[in-house]
Amino acid sequence: MLKISQLVKRYGNGAPVLKGLDLEVPGDSVVAIIGASGAGKSTLLRCINRLVEPSSGTIELNGLMLTDLKGAGLRAARRRIGMIFQGFNLVDRLTVMENVQSGRLGYLPTWRAVMRRYPKEDIRRAYELMERVGIAHYANKRADELSGGERQRVGVVRALMQEPEILLADEPTASLDPKTSEQIMELLRALSREFSLPVLINIHNVAEAKLYTDRIVGMRYGRIIFDAAPAALDQAAMDEIYAGVPAEERGEMGNVTPLRAKNA
Amino acid sequence: MSTTPAHTAKGLPDTWRRPPMIANPLLRYGLLLAVAVYIGWALWILPIDWARVSQGFARAARIFSGAFPPSFERSGLLISGFLESLKIAILATVGGVLLSIPIAFMAAKNLAPRPVYLVGRALIIIARSFHPVIVAIIFVKAVGFGPFAGVLTLIVYSIGFVAKMLAERIEEIDWGQVEAMRSVGAGYFPTLVYAVFPQIMPRQIGLSIYQLDSNLRASAVVGIVGAGGIGSTLANAFGRYDYDFALAITIVIVAVILLSEAVSGQIRKRIW
Repeated sequence: MLKISQLVKRYGNGAPVLKGLDLEVPGDSVVAIIGASGAGKSTLLRCINRLVEPSSGTIELNGLMLTDLKGAGLRAARRRIGMIFQGFNLVDRLTVMENVQSGRLGYLPTWRAVMRRYPKEDIRRAYELMERVGIAHYANKRADELSGGERQRVGVVRALMQEPEILLADEPTASLDPKTSEQIMELLRALSREFSLPVLINIHNVAEAKLYTDRIVGMRYGRIIFDAAPAALDQAAMDEIYAGVPAEERGEMGNVTPLRAKNA
Repeated sequence: MSTTPAHTAKGLPDTWRRPPMIANPLLRYGLLLAVAVYIGWALWILPIDWARVSQGFARAARIFSGAFPPSFERSGLLISGFLESLKIAILATVGGVLLSIPIAFMAAKNLAPRPVYLVGRALIIIARSFHPVIVAIIFVKAVGFGPFAGVLTLIVYSIGFVAKMLAERIEEIDWGQVEAMRSVGAGYFPTLVYAVFPQIMPRQIGLSIYQLDSNLRASAVVGIVGAGGIGSTLANAFGRYDYDFALAITIVIVAVILLSEAVSGQIRKRIW
């Protein structure tokens, strides 16, 4: 259970990016966060694992107050939070196996990490997970030799290696082609069920959000203005969330109408 | 409107000129004129003793006639001088690069806290601000004539270049990889090893090879002020008016530098 209350983030002296935000994510639900660029989606995710320091408010994960932590305590807490990035953020020049094992860096003694002396159970777990997402045969390849979809799978496995209690995905499909993008969303949903993991996904593609998630949170200018099941996201709600943004920038518009026709 | 561009039928201009770098024409031409005047004046007051110059031609002719044909008679001295230069260059490169890595990390704005950054930058600026010949003179005074002074000099010289270039590379790294390591809860040192080293490694290797090449060249120069190696052999040959031996040394220096340039160029091309 992730519990965020009265979260405020401001950079410097400017207007706050997050304006007293409350959000609860129970159990293993897959939650999409949508909103125009600059609405604060990315900042929200990065406040949860403290890559961005919240200005005020509290964030609690399964009883642990994340906002109180610092130093070693914070690093230990970060092991429990997996993150998947838009640009994958793999270490290009390292092998797939090293990238996957880097998910264990929070647990490993430094010498083991530096010498690449990974424990047996970690290696077994890595092969299992890579097998699960279909990249086991790439273990010895350099990460930059893989295609976009394959690289994001490495990113997903790296996060799962942490044995996380929650997954944060920041635009995980924005750099992928439509087909691969759907495969990754499908994978995230399946993994959420398999590992009973709550997954929080920032996403621009509203059609995919509706298809693959259990709940949609709409953000606008640092506030949550919509929070309901995907079916409840109608045109009026969309207009509200994306108000002030020219319609043509909202590439998803074209997809939404036929999708609703399919559901009907 | 000072200039009216020629207009086409639709009323749009059909001439275009790149906006000048200095918009104010007075400042633009004023600066040009000032530079020209300064150069003219500097040349005018430069003391040139034409009688001395004409004597110089004769002396140069004497040196060159004395230098031909180059003499490889004392090739033993030549070879031992070169081996010493090579030794100086290799030791200085290893020492300089090993010291450059931590200094580069200190001097990288994105990784180091502000006070550490300032110390790192200061170290680099100090190492860069003196020409190796001046550093060599200081070290020769401090530790005496010979190759040790040369090694110390070139270590300082290597830090000035390698640490600066490496720090700039570190500042250009893809920060996403660092963010990913922080997000899994990795500590400071594992983050460096996993997210930073792999990104700077090719540059690091290329810089080290370049520096070895550069140190070999510089070792010939600092030898002239007494810091050992082939430069000392060359300075001695000049001092004893052995111009034919001096020419032989010069030819070998040029050949070795061309060779090392070619080899290091090939290696760097394969890494990048």
